[in-house]
Amino acid sequence: MNLESYIRERLGERKVLLMTHLIAGYPSLEENWRMLEIMGEVGVDLVELQMPFSEPVADGPTFARANQSALEKGISLTQYFDLMKRSTRQFTFPHLMMGYYNTAFRLGHGAYCDALSDGGSVGYILPDLPVEEGEELFELSRERELHPIQLMTPTNTDQRLAEIGQRAAGFVYVVARRGVTGSRTEIDPELFSFVERCRRATNVPLALGFGLGSGADLKRLQGTVEIGIVGSQLLRVWEEEGESAYVDLLRDLGEGRY
Amino acid sequence: MGALTDEIFAPERPGYFGSFGGAFVPEILRSTLDELIEVFDEARADESFWPEFLQVMQSYSCRPTPITYLENLTREIGGAQIFIKREDLNQTGAHKANNVMGQGLLVKRMGKRRVIAETGAGQHGVATATMAARFGLDCTIYMGAVDVERQRPNVFWMEQLGATVVAVEDGAATLKDAINECLRDWAYSMEDTHYALGTACGPHPFPQIVAYFQRIIGLESREQMLACPARLPDRVYACVGGGSNATGLFLGFLEDPEVELVGIEAGGLGLSSGQHAARLAGGMGVPGVAQGYKTYFFQNDEGQMQHTHSVSAGLDYIGVSPILAHWHECGRMRTESATDAEVIDALKLLMRTEGIIGALESCHGLAGGLREAATMDPEQTVLINMSGRGDKDIFTIADALDDAKWKEFLRQKVDKL
Ligand SMILES: Cc1ncc(COP(=O)(O)O)c(C=O)c1O
Repeated sequence: MNLESYIRERLGERKVLLMTHLIAGYPSLEENWRMLEIMGEVGVDLVELQMPFSEPVADGPTFARANQSALEKGISLTQYFDLMKRSTRQFTFPHLMMGYYNTAFRLGHGAYCDALSDGGSVGYILPDLPVEEGEELFELSRERELHPIQLMTPTNTDQRLAEIGQRAAGFVYVVARRGVTGSRTEIDPELFSFVERCRRATNVPLALGFGLGSGADLKRLQGTVEIGIVGSQLLRVWEEEGESAYVDLLRDLGEGRY
Repeated sequence: MGALTDEIFAPERPGYFGSFGGAFVPEILRSTLDELIEVFDEARADESFWPEFLQVMQSYSCRPTPITYLENLTREIGGAQIFIKREDLNQTGAHKANNVMGQGLLVKRMGKRRVIAETGAGQHGVATATMAARFGLDCTIYMGAVDVERQRPNVFWMEQLGATVVAVEDGAATLKDAINECLRDWAYSMEDTHYALGTACGPHPFPQIVAYFQRIIGLESREQMLACPARLPDRVYACVGGGSNATGLFLGFLEDPEVELVGIEAGGLGLSSGQHAARLAGGMGVPGVAQGYKTYFFQNDEGQMQHTHSVSAGLDYIGVSPILAHWHECGRMRTESATDAEVIDALKLLMRTEGIIGALESCHGLAGGLREAATMDPEQTVLINMSGRGDKDIFTIADALDDAKWKEFLRQKVDKL
């Protein structure tokens, strides 16, 4: 699948797309499946499925604890790819692997790409793999039509954004602010001017994440970026308020696209 | 400088030592690492910088630290002559001072107002807190909750020195988790905050910066050995946690092929028990990428880090300096391990025969060195890095020695509360 074409096509029917996130094995594989079913019912546009890692430096407290808990419960790569395979067969939204580079490094770049292709994934997001370290993996990915999703951040210089933009495929993950996942982001003029800088650095669609939590947030992004990403807020609602609130939040997010 | 030293301070591929090192960090940190590289490169190109560093270390931290010939212990062991480098005599009692004071000078050049640091045993935390107090910086120390519990006295001192100590509950709640938390703090705070990483690990340029300042140990040692006993040691030993004291000592002898470099890792309850913190020794670790750099990590087949164990919190870590990984792989360094029990024995012997209270970390180097010295000729010499002193770790050491009178004292203290 060409991810960029998929995104542009979907944008014919809605003003912004919704990418949602979940962590494999947290709270449990069964609950993951229920989350995916709800995402399917609401018709989210893309899903990132995180493989837990013992040293999740880019994750804030909520996700860091979830990574750890999933590992304590014994999540393995076999279980992870099995969940991905079942999910890609069942649901139509494209799936991205999210995780840390050591997973790819230990498996070996070739085996990692094979496992992703076999699992039906369209690509991956590895926040601790900067562009200059990823050349070999990116090359293998291209051969298998896997999209290595690059990240742009507000502290990058224009020159650095351009370097990242050159390697972009599918879309670029725009990190809305400093820090790690989990806290809220103000959707303000500073953010818009940062998005403008990203836009100049690449032609692929932009996905904005870190701290989005409602349909209203998504509405405010319409016309600015192509995709809004929601992660921590979904997990928080699942943990603190339960399934029906999770359904409500996803519906609200889904509506924020129009 | 020779070719091997150039590999460390002017590598062909910046940030890489052989195939180890690099900077695998979230993109948000790229700009602040670039800033640090620039300031460090400027500083070391500036002829006045190293003398300024020496001046600070001489006036604030008892440098040059002496080398002591352990005559009694040599007689007791009955092999090679044993010398130790006295890093235990530094300000705050460990080699950690070399690195933090050096990084403090870089912070001044960058004009930042706050430092953060991880700590395991608490030594690097205490050292950073003293540096922050001296240089007028705000200071936050991240420390695994498990370590906070086993190193309470160091937490007390850090707080007295004006630092905020944050107990990290994530993961194994030890050193590695404190590092993760520092990286997270830094991802928010980099504009006015420097992360003073405590060992020769982490993303480029940290291994290089820490090695640059710690090499003061090796530079002094080489000169001192040449003065008296007027010869280079046959072998030099250092304990290896993250690898900063070993890197620093070994850099002094790197270009002397006749000097064998031996790193001693924490063997815990024995390598076959799985309860240890060995990465290079015994092939316990495999290459991986975590916490911003590529090196040998103690990890499982799927790349998840394993729990480490050591009697000394300062060696209780999953990774090892990419510089040491490179020397290990290219054969310049040999890596062995010493068990908790061997370390306790070595410490007892050192105290009784020489009146020196070494840190448990350092006594790994000592235990490894004594084991081998016993098999060497009396004409041969070994130099062991006494990276820190142990008296400030009285709670841990008393525990490790299982001292009944100390326990009674604690009981009485508690009763009086
Ligand atoms: C006295 C002493 N020696 C050694 C170490 C281990 O660190 P490194 O391997 O970086 O020298 C520590 C760490 O806390 C320490 O306190």
